[in-house]
Amino acid sequence: MISKKDVEHVALLARLELKEEEKEMYTRQLNDILKYAHKLQQLNTEDVTPTAHVLPIKNVFREDQVGDHLPNEKALANAPDKEGNYIKVPKIM
Amino acid sequence: MAQWEAVIGLEVHVELKTNTKIFCHSSTEFGGDPNTHVCPVCLGLPGVLPVLNKKVLEYAVKAGLALNCKIAPFSKFDRKNYYYPDLPKNYQISQYDLPIAEHGYLDIEVDGRTKRIGITRLHMEEDAGKLVHQGTIMTTPYSLVDYNRTGVPLIEIVSEPDMRSPEEAKAYLEKLKAIIQYTGVSDCKMQEGSLRCDANISVRPVGSTEFGTKTEIKNMNSFKALQKALEYEMQRQIEVLEDGGRIIQETRTWDEAKGVTVSMRSKEEAHDYRYFPDPDLVPVVMDPEWVEEIRESLPELPDARKRRYVEQYGLPEYDAMVLTLTKEMADYFEEVLEGYPQPKTVSNWMMGDFSRLLNANQVEITSCKVSPAQLAELLKLIDKGTISGKIAKSVLEDMVETGKAPAEIVEEKGLVQISDEGELSRIIDEVIANNPKSVEDYRSGKKKAMGFLVGQTMKATKGKANPALVNKLLSEKLQ
Repeated sequence: MISKKDVEHVALLARLELKEEEKEMYTRQLNDILKYAHKLQQLNTEDVTPTAHVLPIKNVFREDQVGDHLPNEKALANAPDKEGNYIKVPKIM
Repeated sequence: MAQWEAVIGLEVHVELKTNTKIFCHSSTEFGGDPNTHVCPVCLGLPGVLPVLNKKVLEYAVKAGLALNCKIAPFSKFDRKNYYYPDLPKNYQISQYDLPIAEHGYLDIEVDGRTKRIGITRLHMEEDAGKLVHQGTIMTTPYSLVDYNRTGVPLIEIVSEPDMRSPEEAKAYLEKLKAIIQYTGVSDCKMQEGSLRCDANISVRPVGSTEFGTKTEIKNMNSFKALQKALEYEMQRQIEVLEDGGRIIQETRTWDEAKGVTVSMRSKEEAHDYRYFPDPDLVPVVMDPEWVEEIRESLPELPDARKRRYVEQYGLPEYDAMVLTLTKEMADYFEEVLEGYPQPKTVSNWMMGDFSRLLNANQVEITSCKVSPAQLAELLKLIDKGTISGKIAKSVLEDMVETGKAPAEIVEEKGLVQISDEGELSRIIDEVIANNPKSVEDYRSGKKKAMGFLVGQTMKATKGKANPALVNKLLSEKLQ
């Protein structure tokens, strides 16, 4: 069970500001989702090895060769604010 | 009062020397204009797919083998989630429960004793971006972000809490740096940030086997800073405990200017990284043959080279240790030997005057103007009697500054040793004539006067007289 306190904790980590009624709503909704996902726990997995990935693929590599870079103006195109070549952000302690 | 000991473990980040970043083809080159060595992958734009740089894996395995680690047959990448502007994706791709290498060790020497320090794990991860502040983080009105460094490959090497003093911690970091440098997978330059170190430290009464509460120390940018920060923190913790207080588990930053560690007062609640496997990256299954290939590509490492210097060259342990501390120094030493095969003499010069001059001029041995062949030439000039050892020191000074050949400097400055008996004899006659008092002293049994007369002769020849010959001639003339 997820408590309102858990929701507050996760919201803090995700930098989300939630209103009181939103906290209540998300607590309820997240519990519904978890309850649904919990059905999986009923499966017997005794002889199943843990998986690290859903696809049966391993060892996909690239060679160490430099390719094209994004031009600076494109790299900054989505930035909310900029200064010179930099992205500008509020200071965070 | 109780005797205290420290319990120290280090977390070291090493930047790997690849051409491109760990998961994309952007350049790792240092010093580009801000946000120009970036691409959609390292900027974390939606819909992109990171793919592991094979060289990064090879280098991580190489470093792991050099540190006596077991290479994991199966390894994977995980997301470490935290919100900070230096991470464009809001997570860092790292390795959590299945790192590429574990269970290694290295040996350190402190006070002539060898001690084995365990290495818990070594894993691959991506570096974060760089935040630029105006002044300090406290006073800056806002921050500027440069993502050029984002995605540069790192290995993080975590030690066991096996170190018991700041000296041991420094020795561990020096040895780790030497080993990694030998493998060639990183430059390991602390000042430039390609080697970064955090420390966990607690104290306990000597004899206790329990661990005290630890603090984590950050922002130590040199070996000296590491040792000073740990010495300070150790003392701070002892004082808190002896006053009946308790240590708060927290992160503290080393303030180099003030020489103190300061609490960063970060909310512990924010350190909840919620690791989970990165679905964008597939697992790594190491081919044992490839691991063996990488093992065979390892160069002779510091310990083996040191042993060889003692056995093959007959050098004292200390000389062998100092000379092999960096690969560059050891390579240079062996190149000098090719031109001048007398190990102890070369060692004396390299550890003494040569190192002192490099330090004074703030030159790395690799960018030094004096080639190993030139240093060998200089030593040969002494053997041939062309110059004295004393003059050779001043010639070496000129060599370090100008890069000129020793013979050229000796020629230009007229430093050739006076070994001509007739010429020296004339000079000594003058010295004897000008110093009747000393001559009398000597003849009346004050043998010390001889030293003064030798000194006067050297002065008259500006240090160029062949010392052995001066001694011989003076003794003869004073009979």
